[in-house]
Amino acid sequence: MKYVNQPVQKTDAMALVTGKPVYTDDLAPKDCLIVKILRSPHANAWVEEIKTENAMKVAGIACILTYKDVPQKRFTLAGQTAPEMSPDDRLIIDRHVRFVGDTVAIVAGETEAAVDLALKRIKVQYRVETPVLDMHQAKDNSVVIHPEEDWKLKIPLGGDNKRNLCANALEEQGDVDKVLRECKYTVEHTYHTKANQQTMMETFRTACYMDHFGRLIVLSSTQIPFHVRRIVGRALDIPASKVRVIKPRIGGGFGAKQTSVSEIYPAIVTWKTGRPSKLIFSRYESMICSSPRHEMEITVRAGADENGIIKAIDVYTLSNTGAYGEHSSTTVGLSGHKSIALYRHTEAYRFAFDVVYTNVQAAGAYRGYGATQGIFAVESAVNELAHKMGMDPVKVKELNMPVEGGPLPGYHDVPYAQSCSMDRCMARAKEMFHWDSRYPFRDMGNGKVRGVGVAMAMQGSSIAGVDVGGADIKVNEDGSYTLALGCTDMGTGCDTVMAQIAADCLETPMENIVVFSVDTDISPYDSGSYASATTYTTGMAVMKACQELRKNICEFGAEMLETEVDKVAFDGTYVFVEDAEEKKVSLEAIALKSTFFNNRELQVVKQHSSPLSPPPFMVGMAEVEVDTETGGIELTDYVAVVDCGTPINPNLARVQTEGGIAQGVGMALFEDVQYTDKGKIRNNSFMQYKIPTREDIGNIRVDFECSYEESGPFGAKSIGELVIDTPCPAIAEAVYNATGVRIRELPITPEKVAMGILKNQMKEKKQEKENG
Amino acid sequence: MNISFWLNGVRRQEEIEPGLLLIDFLREKGCFSVKRGCETANCGLCTVLVDDRPILSCSTLAVRIDGKKVVTMEGMQEEAKEFGTFLANEGAEQCGFCNPGFIMNVFAMLREIKEPTEAQIKEYLAGNLCRCSGFVSQTASILKFLEYKKAQEEA
Amino acid sequence: MLKIKSYVKVKSIAEAYELNQKKTALVLGGMVWLKMGNRNISTAIDLSGLGLDTVQELDDEFVIGCMTPLRELEIHKNLNTYTQGAIRESIRHIVGVQFRNCATVGGSIWGRYGFSDVLTMFLAMDTWVELYDAGRIPLTEFVNRKKDNDILVNIIVKKKPLSVCYMSQRNSKTDFPVLTCAASLIGEEVRTVIGARPGRAMVVEDKQQFLKDFRNMTDEQRTEAIEKFAVYAAENVNTAGNMRASEEYRTLLVKVLTKRAWEAVGGMKDEY
Repeated sequence: MKYVNQPVQKTDAMALVTGKPVYTDDLAPKDCLIVKILRSPHANAWVEEIKTENAMKVAGIACILTYKDVPQKRFTLAGQTAPEMSPDDRLIIDRHVRFVGDTVAIVAGETEAAVDLALKRIKVQYRVETPVLDMHQAKDNSVVIHPEEDWKLKIPLGGDNKRNLCANALEEQGDVDKVLRECKYTVEHTYHTKANQQTMMETFRTACYMDHFGRLIVLSSTQIPFHVRRIVGRALDIPASKVRVIKPRIGGGFGAKQTSVSEIYPAIVTWKTGRPSKLIFSRYESMICSSPRHEMEITVRAGADENGIIKAIDVYTLSNTGAYGEHSSTTVGLSGHKSIALYRHTEAYRFAFDVVYTNVQAAGAYRGYGATQGIFAVESAVNELAHKMGMDPVKVKELNMPVEGGPLPGYHDVPYAQSCSMDRCMARAKEMFHWDSRYPFRDMGNGKVRGVGVAMAMQGSSIAGVDVGGADIKVNEDGSYTLALGCTDMGTGCDTVMAQIAADCLETPMENIVVFSVDTDISPYDSGSYASATTYTTGMAVMKACQELRKNICEFGAEMLETEVDKVAFDGTYVFVEDAEEKKVSLEAIALKSTFFNNRELQVVKQHSSPLSPPPFMVGMAEVEVDTETGGIELTDYVAVVDCGTPINPNLARVQTEGGIAQGVGMALFEDVQYTDKGKIRNNSFMQYKIPTREDIGNIRVDFECSYEESGPFGAKSIGELVIDTPCPAIAEAVYNATGVRIRELPITPEKVAMGILKNQMKEKKQEKENG
Repeated sequence: MNISFWLNGVRRQEEIEPGLLLIDFLREKGCFSVKRGCETANCGLCTVLVDDRPILSCSTLAVRIDGKKVVTMEGMQEEAKEFGTFLANEGAEQCGFCNPGFIMNVFAMLREIKEPTEAQIKEYLAGNLCRCSGFVSQTASILKFLEYKKAQEEA
Repeated sequence: MLKIKSYVKVKSIAEAYELNQKKTALVLGGMVWLKMGNRNISTAIDLSGLGLDTVQELDDEFVIGCMTPLRELEIHKNLNTYTQGAIRESIRHIVGVQFRNCATVGGSIWGRYGFSDVLTMFLAMDTWVELYDAGRIPLTEFVNRKKDNDILVNIIVKKKPLSVCYMSQRNSKTDFPVLTCAASLIGEEVRTVIGARPGRAMVVEDKQQFLKDFRNMTDEQRTEAIEKFAVYAAENVNTAGNMRASEEYRTLLVKVLTKRAWEAVGGMKDEY
């Protein structure tokens, strides 16, 4: 039986579809204190005075914590390998509150009603200061968002808190200005992507309790259990060894839970009171004080010669990290590194960026992690360039796309595109979509026009030279296996994918493998599930562990068969003598033997890190139907063809793609975090922040054109993030082809389209007048 | 207040606060399949059946189930397994957090519309959000389930 | 969290009316709006035991109980036959089936919400509200009345000959509308309703009588009349901007939707 590349059911599927209590709040101790947070109504203010006495008098209140009660060592909530790239700019509660929703006090009590009442009774006097709400005005503003002396950037990347600057850099190869001057065709435009919410269905939540050793147990819906252990330790100023993090099933993450958004609050309550506590974020809180996508404004200059060969790309990104700097210096990097590299003939490129602090909700990691923003900009710019050249954008991409063995300009995490089938992805997408007969538009004759658009995308597979995957596999007494993992299945199915890999490596049925994840006391170290790392990195750790375990099983069997280890083989069921196959011993017998008078481990722990981050590639093609009077947009067709190397589980890879595209469609068409002029978020619920329903996404069709990545397990690369990158540019281009209106600021709303059409009509009329 | 009702086929009587929402009441009673995904009646995660009708338990006062029959996924385990297998065969269950509300509404839909078209499926289930799957595989699983049911009936 | 001090499932409308004279008392509808936010209610009045959750069809009118869920109207055969499916169209985009099973028509009409599809739709028919104290009054009058302590009992739709079309523009399929529009011929009366301006739905009076005698116009006359009236509506309907759309765009939509709705009523186009 082979499992790899088979659409096997997820191993936890039946528990999920029958609604079993497997999530954080289902498993939290019943006697938890309810923890809630008093949040700042101001975007920039100092707590002058805070009175909690009356609130403490509410029956059932166990503790109220203010800035006076928390350790004074700054840390970051970013789930990154230490020392984190993100600045240490947080306290659990800071006297200086920096956005509407920032923490002012933590209240814990026996019941929700008691806590609600106590929250009302806390009296706070603020010294309100002018906030910086516009990212264009942040750099070198006289209002400094992090004036504190102990602000710290552990890895310098141009950040300077006194300038509201979290990071800034310039990377350059060749003389961009010169090459651009020599280009026959050039474009220069600025593209604006908004903050978007991940909106996983399960909001942020954590339950904490003390164990019998006086250690703090953190049960949390997180993508980063090992980082959470460190972050909680640093926040509470206690050794990380005092903290144990357990991750149950989690209801989605998409990067949101790569930031330790909720853990520190119940952690400090339980640490101080000794009592179990839990914090369940409301959807409202998840909307106003979490970790959404960085808003970016990206200016692209691109130039091509007379043959449509793209010679130079210049990208400048202004990224808005909001009040705190989680994931800010890293996301911005992807906006250039994963977009410029899509064009292999560039003779020169430049990528510069500024990441600024402002007094809005702090940003974080969201699927795509900056690449989504950069690819919207660069793909849009290249599409605009194609129109300027009078060429089909598909043709331009075919001429310039990454090819196997070819260069990836500006992308430094592989020496060249060692596995790449972008060309086949494009060919297949064209065929599935009937591109040639649909490009550029079809007038439907009823005031509606259908336009088509295309975009390419790439991402990485893990953070090269950083991410660590871990696998711990052991043989149990009955000949079954337990595979302990530190990667975090958030519904994606990585527990199943790892079991598939292990089953093939061990030539055993998947039912014979128990997967365990994640408990920082028991699981092998793993950086966690983010950066499109899990299948690629942890998958290799599983392979390495299984291979070594096979060796150990063979050694064990050989000893039982009283022969040399190089004379035996293991077929998954028996260790047998290769020259005399009747001489064999079963795995069960070996397993049982290992439980008495034994000095040899039938357990292997392996770690894996890759010095490379081989990109997966894809092509997306969209068709929209635009109502030319109202600007209304229907997504009528979407085709995606993906090169993720070998899909270990084609079903799960396909659903990743469909889900990522649907999220991308939301970002393209209506998801938008808007603020009032006081810095308050207007889209603070599912009523005001609309994510796509099943009626909004049209028809998504997915196929795979696989390359084989030598450095990945069974040839696999990543898929999780890549798939959100194409909808924004492909849909923007489709709308352009339908209407002649180019939308450079997301989301592409009916209003922008309708107003754009009117503007174009007026221009035409004016021109006609002038001409005639 | 005292209410008397059926929960998953079992007659019960409880003393409750008038402001208690049905979702919180049901979770207190051990029906953990009922999830909360928002506070604004927009996500469908908390869907349960009251007198066979799908409703949002986050927007229903527990007192309003007085005299009524409430069914959560805890009371439809066999049906959930049967349909859930089709969902899982597509890889469509994903994180699972929206599954109970979604599946309960699928059951409600099939009670109301025997052979729903794809458009009817999308309309009936539009109030069930899912952020993982992109919905395509959910629809596919329903269509395959319908085929299976039809074949079963014909046989 | 919602806090309710006392909860009364009333035995009669009279009882409800009496209880409702206290300022902190509140009549419960479907709860979908009410339960949001932190509210303290001294007396919650529940009408759900009064059998007011059905649609009754009489010879000359539909009597719709205030507790009737929106979903009932959406799938009500005769109401939809009477309105050529416009009722269904006005309701089916509201969040989801479960939401519409909870939300009541009484809640929608009583609330007189700016975003209301339902209010727009009912204003386009010969609709009356039956209030316990004030008795039957036309919805067109009720819509501009200040909220008081009366109790909405029934909504009555007179079965006059009706041609009606309902349309809305939304940024996503189940979002609040950016604009709603209903056009109708109620007997000989022409009526155009615009809602989600984002202000409360209003009847656009055809002061210049562009659409007068619409029924007897030729297609050409209709086309001309509709064009003029759509421009007139855009000039005379007050719109404003909010997070979903600007004033300017809404005014554009007033024109487009008014034109389309009337074209549909006139049988000139049946599909958009």
